[in-house]
Amino acid sequence: MNFRVLYFASLRDQAGCDAERVDSAAAEASVLYAELRARHGFSLAQDRLRVAINGDFALWDHPLSDGDEIVFLPPVSGG
Amino acid sequence: MSHFSLAERPIDVAGLARELASGAAGASVSFEGWVRDHNDGRAVSRLDYQAYAPLAQAEGERILAEVRARFAIVDARCAHRVGALAIGDLAVWVGVSAAHRGAAFDACRFIIDEVKRRVPIWKNEHYAEGESGWLHPDNTPVE
Repeated sequence: MNFRVLYFASLRDQAGCDAERVDSAAAEASVLYAELRARHGFSLAQDRLRVAINGDFALWDHPLSDGDEIVFLPPVSGG
Repeated sequence: MSHFSLAERPIDVAGLARELASGAAGASVSFEGWVRDHNDGRAVSRLDYQAYAPLAQAEGERILAEVRARFAIVDARCAHRVGALAIGDLAVWVGVSAAHRGAAFDACRFIIDEVKRRVPIWKNEHYAEGESGWLHPDNTPVE
């Protein structure tokens, strides 16, 4: 399947891009994050992140579909 | 009517305050978050805020809907800056109107606390000695 992955904050710095297309057989977001963490060397463990799929918060075991937009959300620090 | 907004330019506080005006309101409370020149013992020279805009907008609106359901208020607004800010700049503004002051204070506090906890916005602090770091609370910067 092909996914569009967006990066913010420290993940953006570590990935070296704000978005990328990813081909992966990952069936759920937790597997995809593990693959991308290995590729980019992300310092944040999955248990510090939330995930959003197609613009809304989702569970890590939510089944992924071809074409999904996936965002791994580091702990927020607005305000 | 949008109750939460992300602002790439200075927040129009007077315009937002006018939207809160109502003959039914006897109280108005606002909160301003400013860019501070220090954090955790380090001198800060400026900030960048990044947002996942579609979800930040949606989650901000959810918070503003929750506050109207939970507190006896007339109306509420919140705006948050994104992009590059200098020391002293207004980073976030919250305003609430209500019949009485108690609900207005409580609702204002609820909004800023929930925005800081839930809305996908991230702060990159640039330090006086030249480094920078994204804050990912437990508040430890990620280099």
